[in-house]
Amino acid sequence: MAYSDKVVDHFNNPRNMGSFKKDEEGVGTGMVGAPECGDVMKLQIKVQNDTIVDAKFKTFGCGSAIASSSLATEWLKGKTIEEAQKIKNTDIVQELNLPPVKIHCSVLAEDAIKAALADYQKKSDGVQADAK
Amino acid sequence: MKLPIFLDNHSTTPMDPRVLETMLPYFVEKFGNSASRNHAFGWAAEEAVENARKQIAKLIKADPKEIVFTSGATESDNLAIKGVLEMYREKGDHIITSSTEHRAVLDTVKALEGKGKATATYLPVDKFGMVSPQDVRNAITEKTILISVMLANNEIGTINPVKEIGKIAKEKGILFHCDATQGVGKIPVDVQDMGIDLMSFSAHKMYGPKGVGALYVRKKNPRVRIAAQMDGGGHERGMRSGTLPVPLIVGFGKACELCEQEMVSDTARLIAMRDRLEASIMKALEESYLNGHPTNRLPGNLNISFAYVEGESLLMGMKDIALSSGSACTSATLEPSYVLRALGVGTELAHSSIRFGLGRFNTDDEIDYTIKKVVEVVTKLREMSPLYEMAKEGVDLKSVQWAAH
Repeated sequence: MAYSDKVVDHFNNPRNMGSFKKDEEGVGTGMVGAPECGDVMKLQIKVQNDTIVDAKFKTFGCGSAIASSSLATEWLKGKTIEEAQKIKNTDIVQELNLPPVKIHCSVLAEDAIKAALADYQKKSDGVQADAK
Repeated sequence: MKLPIFLDNHSTTPMDPRVLETMLPYFVEKFGNSASRNHAFGWAAEEAVENARKQIAKLIKADPKEIVFTSGATESDNLAIKGVLEMYREKGDHIITSSTEHRAVLDTVKALEGKGKATATYLPVDKFGMVSPQDVRNAITEKTILISVMLANNEIGTINPVKEIGKIAKEKGILFHCDATQGVGKIPVDVQDMGIDLMSFSAHKMYGPKGVGALYVRKKNPRVRIAAQMDGGGHERGMRSGTLPVPLIVGFGKACELCEQEMVSDTARLIAMRDRLEASIMKALEESYLNGHPTNRLPGNLNISFAYVEGESLLMGMKDIALSSGSACTSATLEPSYVLRALGVGTELAHSSIRFGLGRFNTDDEIDYTIKKVVEVVTKLREMSPLYEMAKEGVDLKSVQWAAH
């Protein structure tokens, strides 16, 4: 199977690969997938004033899974929480030109985004509750 | 050194130029049909076919009359299994085979089962991928008419105790078919000594042309009969109709002759390169696990799982080296290798496996390059892997509640 140029580019030059400390203020972490299924994505966002100022990923999976998560971090940076919620897996499929057998990689990336946002939300709700 | 490097010699092999040379006259000049009995064109073709038959038979210690030409090992497997089932159906319908057989055997048996024409026992293998002769013995019933166990596995290279299985088959009067596609030409094969009654093999796995294979069918002690699976001109003693592909057969014969002459030197060279590849990778990369038998396997085979990285991404990172992976992502079924699963390799390590298949034309320079590249890419992908990060932090990955999808 041939990979699209964009998948190859993200695979060879992954954007924002790495990790934040999970307990760092403003950080939301999403981890989705399972090793038995052959892909696990960890996606993290760093939020300040409702805006994602930084994002990082680590992925165990095929080239398309790596590219999908790399692209997701690129897109997340600079977006507000509300805007980030609107990223759809189909956008990723289109941008990376993923073939049908690789669509699940984009679904996983969307799930990872949602999970990271939910984790951030949960943490910040907790902080607000503590403050009260 | 030229890129890309071909290290996928279990899938196919490049044709030896000496094989091509012997084939060339049989396309345009000597184009006759070997079944044409009454003119010189036919005679020349027949002579070439019979010469090849001898070369092939010699490599496996058979009689030339016991060689039936087919289109390849898949057809040979089908012909052997379906042919025996059909011919001996009054004696019984039970087949014993193993869980790590090639799909050409497994799917043939399953198809017969599905049509109600056979019952089957799929023997498990040990952690090295080996079938136990005792298990074969225990699985035999009054209805058993065929045992089909492969010589060497195509993924992990493990060599089965075929001789012991052959002995049991003989003792019980059951026919023994062996898919020897990966073994013939690579390791010594003697159908007499191994007690094999039917054996499948193929030219393109031993530096010969694609599109031709053979089924060895024993003629004496016992005389094995099989029902033809194609109707036609009654070629190959009625077992396989169809005009013989003379140039391919000539190439097949030459390939067998070369394998016989060069097996000792080829094997020594391959083992030296393979062992160096294995030792260097294992030394440089922690948590790399050998799949298959540590010693009793094909000279050119090396199958390793690299924990925390996924096979397809490994292949993508080494795209100037042609390799194969047991990862689901590289298969059509979206399931990781059933062979590795049968060995008890965990699903996640099956996803992380890479098969290196060395062959006659690989060089030391290519091995050096491969070692360097594997270490570099595995290291890079581990840096990228959340699983590796968690393992380094001391998290037991088995204790994590994964959100399966």
